[in-house]
Amino acid sequence: MKFDSPATTNAIDQLKVIGQPVSRIDGPRKTTGTAPYAFERHDAVPDPAYGYVVGSAISKGRIDAIDLTAAKTAPGVLAVVTADNAGKLAKGSRNFAALLGGPDIEHYHQAIAVVVAETFEQARAAAQLVKVDYSRAEGVFELAAVADAGNPAEGNSGPADTQVGDFSGAFAAAPVKLDATYTTPDEAHAMMEPHASTAAWNGETLTVWTSNQMIDWGATDLAETLGIAREKVRLISPFIGGGFGGKLFLRADALLAALGARAAGRPVKVALHRPLMFNNTTHRPATIQRIRLGATKDGKITAIGHECWSGNLPGGKPEAAVEQTRLLYAGANRMTNIRLSALDLPEGNAMRAPGEASGMMALEIAIDEMAEKLGLDPVEFRILNDTQVDPEKPQRPFSLRRFTECFETGAARFGWSKRNAQPGKVRDGNWLVGLGTAAAFRNNLLTKSAARVRLDGRGVVTVETDMTDIGTGSYTIIAQTAAEMMGVPLEKVVVHLGDSTFPVSAGSGGQWGGNNSTAGVYAACMKLREAVAQRLGFNSAEADFIDGQVRSGTRSVPLVQAAGDIELVAEDGIEYGDLGKMVQQSTFGAHFVEVGVDTATAEIRVRRMLAVCSAGRILNPKTARSQVIGAMTMGVGAALMEELVVDKRHGFFVNHDLAGYEVPVHADIPHQDVIFLDETDPMSSPMKAKGIAELGICGVAAAVANAIYNATGVRVRDYPITLDKLLPRLPEVG
Amino acid sequence: MKSVSYERANSPAEAAAAAARTPRAKFIAGGTNLLDLMKLEIETPSHLIDVNRLDLAKIEPTSDGGLRIGALVRNTDLAADPRVRRDYGVLARALLAGASGQLRNKATTAGNLLQRTRCPYFYDTDQPCNKRRPGAGCAAIGGFSRQHAVIGASDACIATHPSDMAVAMRALDATVETIRPDGATRNVPIAEFYRLPGETPEIETTLAPDELITAVTLPKPVGGKQIYRKVRDRASYAFALVSVAAIVQRDGSGSVALGGVAHKPWRLEAADAELPRGARATTALLLGDAKPTRENAFKLTLAERTLGAVLAAAKG
Ligand SMILES: Cc1cc2nc3c(=O)[nH]c(=O)nc-3n(C[C@H](O)[C@H](O)[C@H](O)COP(=O)(O)OP(=O)(O)OC[C@H]3O[C@@H](n4cnc5c(N)ncnc54)[C@H](O)[C@@H]3O)c2cc1C
Ligand code: SF4
Repeated sequence: MKFDSPATTNAIDQLKVIGQPVSRIDGPRKTTGTAPYAFERHDAVPDPAYGYVVGSAISKGRIDAIDLTAAKTAPGVLAVVTADNAGKLAKGSRNFAALLGGPDIEHYHQAIAVVVAETFEQARAAAQLVKVDYSRAEGVFELAAVADAGNPAEGNSGPADTQVGDFSGAFAAAPVKLDATYTTPDEAHAMMEPHASTAAWNGETLTVWTSNQMIDWGATDLAETLGIAREKVRLISPFIGGGFGGKLFLRADALLAALGARAAGRPVKVALHRPLMFNNTTHRPATIQRIRLGATKDGKITAIGHECWSGNLPGGKPEAAVEQTRLLYAGANRMTNIRLSALDLPEGNAMRAPGEASGMMALEIAIDEMAEKLGLDPVEFRILNDTQVDPEKPQRPFSLRRFTECFETGAARFGWSKRNAQPGKVRDGNWLVGLGTAAAFRNNLLTKSAARVRLDGRGVVTVETDMTDIGTGSYTIIAQTAAEMMGVPLEKVVVHLGDSTFPVSAGSGGQWGGNNSTAGVYAACMKLREAVAQRLGFNSAEADFIDGQVRSGTRSVPLVQAAGDIELVAEDGIEYGDLGKMVQQSTFGAHFVEVGVDTATAEIRVRRMLAVCSAGRILNPKTARSQVIGAMTMGVGAALMEELVVDKRHGFFVNHDLAGYEVPVHADIPHQDVIFLDETDPMSSPMKAKGIAELGICGVAAAVANAIYNATGVRVRDYPITLDKLLPRLPEVG
Repeated sequence: MKSVSYERANSPAEAAAAAARTPRAKFIAGGTNLLDLMKLEIETPSHLIDVNRLDLAKIEPTSDGGLRIGALVRNTDLAADPRVRRDYGVLARALLAGASGQLRNKATTAGNLLQRTRCPYFYDTDQPCNKRRPGAGCAAIGGFSRQHAVIGASDACIATHPSDMAVAMRALDATVETIRPDGATRNVPIAEFYRLPGETPEIETTLAPDELITAVTLPKPVGGKQIYRKVRDRASYAFALVSVAAIVQRDGSGSVALGGVAHKPWRLEAADAELPRGARATTALLLGDAKPTRENAFKLTLAERTLGAVLAAAKG
């Protein structure tokens, strides 16, 4: 189905199932431990061997010699695979560093061997016996030292540089100016389930039970890496214990399970152990960002400039932190640029809202600082510079942008009017209390997505698509879509996901999964409705599918009759025309945060949070809310504690376990409120929905930072905002 | 696979004798620290002596009005004991500030005292660490040292001791009771229990390898306001950047020990004497010899300010 004109009224608009706060249909399986994850597929592979991954102990250089004698003869060992004996391996198009390194080493803890043994403990013990001689090479590990020499690099959806009007002239002439530099650190996905795969060969064909957000990318890249045909690889990933972008790509677990299984001649399972994950897999790269704002005295932005610097392995991509600045605020004179330097740290790549999450961390502090310079309320300043058109290309309107309403609604609900604009003035016992706000912004991405739908003789509708559920609720909204479309209750829908033999979907990433994958199911259901109508003798354009019946005029036939003994099957997908080019599709929000800062110790605790979101139709308010509060939690982590600390001498992330890499715990997270503006966006898809899961993180950290400033009068521009950065400037304890 | 033999000890002296008999033996109690370290092959004992069945899980009054805490009393039970809550509040608070509910259910008094540092380089077997491999060098010096010691460190090691419980026990002048294979017992004042790293950071206490901890005794209650204040980057489930255990009497006198600043709970009796003069005077003495790194110098300010808050709370 081609989607190239705005959606009109359709079956989804009935909202009998869609739009309802349905609990996750996979919930009971997860809470009872009966949803099998990749490492526990005993049902499919009863007797696997275990692989344990050895990571490089140096960041850059070469392996001179690798001695496997002791490891190979250790008890229980079946095989040891290294680059030497793995056979020829290519590199998948989405990997920058080799997943099995050697003799060249590209980053710390790059996998250099997998030891396969009868038991996990045997594999782990034998892995310690692998003896490696390295030659270290000089590496570049510090972004700040090389940022100035960075090269222009394309963003996720735009060029390296943009210029509109005369930025320098307008900035120089602006009566009120801000020129400030911000930094964000490297961050880890730190999801609960580690990367894990169980691999089994059957002759030339390979099946991998894995944990991966993008099944088609994974299967394609695994086939390419192994040099076998794509059809010979099957990926199965029905349940995923979190990803946040860390499982978008083929990673070492899947490749090494496949290689280990081939070498051992039997199925092998591999999970990356936690201390290896932080340097072996991908992370969100650190940034340095300079923001310049110029405005008239009454607060109209006349010049807006945003530059960002990040680093990555050669061939890698930048953290494109300026792209939201091209779209978020009005202003006639604009410039942005993206610079990238080569670094020898582990591979940087997408993490929840890549680009925008980092960019909003900086931009939304800058806006707060500018509002203060102007003597304006930060809510008012943002509303004043709202725009209904793409500010770089004013002929392109936004499809739907209720940015101002987000702030007005949120300010009223949060009690923003009670904020004392003068920082450091509000005390509650030993706490300095402050309120902060920030905009949320994330683009809505359109990508094709297909599904297969079956109707059987019991009236059960079964959906099959390689879409994944990474804890987001995909199972549920897909079931809701099929139920709505076919006019059956939710209990009559079965959903199968995450199998590369199913039609290729959008997958989970970039907050595109919800809208696109359900639109694909919509398309397949439209096709199934046609088949049903034809079999039952209806004109499909006039038939309604309601309450298990197919109706037209006075005639009504039970849906179940359409299938009879022969199952009806339909397959289709959604594809997008040029709508997305003619209008700008984005999602918007406003975050409000209250923090307390301890007057003595500068410990920071978030006390209240609210997010208001304008993100098209909310397919399921319950799962959508879960996404947003999860994202807000992650935003608090980014604001206050998350940082992969670089050892600048040896080039690796030092705090590589969950004790050292702190993310928020329950005690850090207070009551969180979420409001969704009631709306539909007919430009996005027949679902009229947009993304929500990444919008929720964008801006949160800045809202926290702004609240800390309001509480203390101390402005910190380097994340995370830990107490040691506040202490030197905190007032004496009174 | 690295094989480990295992035995269950039937009496304290027998446990100690088993340790004397077997080279590279280790006692195992709750296992919450030892097993984690074994998985990473940071600890590689060849023999485990399980002490969990020993009759050392009681909390009893001592003849001089104090309390004797068995080595196997779980952290949860110790923190919940009414006598501890009433008379040694600083200890109950310190325990509850540590780890998580599940861990405290397992963790024992002796195991907590002997838990090892959380230095991230100690945990990375691809990095040099004198504590893990004597003579290998110390990766933390010149590296990421935000959590490390500001005082009492050496050129060989700048690690801190991570226990909260031990800091409170230091402020309370606890005594560690031990037994040797020959049945000989010893009472080691906690002030003499831990060692500074010096040239041998791998040796952390004055215990002999075949010496079993049987109990910790607390002296007669001293009253006063008893406060434990732990400062960390998140609200729970994190080790202290700085912690303060303080017992403050009505006249302002008392005792104070700091956590998160040294290789052991840090207390100087001379600094206690400064308590009536306030936090600045006390920390000036207590941390007078500090040699922080650029990354952890904030701990000096933090310690002073935290002690200030504690003293203010003690007054209020
Ligand atoms: C995730 C996590 C977070 C934590 N957070 C904190 C925290 O915030 N604050 C804090 O203070 N602690 C914290 N801990 C540490 C925890 O308190 C210790 O792991 C626990 O106290 C150790 O007790 P155990 O009985 O399990 O010791 P084990 O692991 O059994 O033993 C530890 C050591 O003590 C020795 N040992 C045990 N019993 C005896 C004995 N009777 N005589 C001689 N030697 C003995 C063992 O040989 C071993 O060397 C944390 C631990 C974890 C895993
Ligand atoms: S500080 Fe101590 S524990 Fe840490 S690396 Fe150095 S020697 Fe090892």
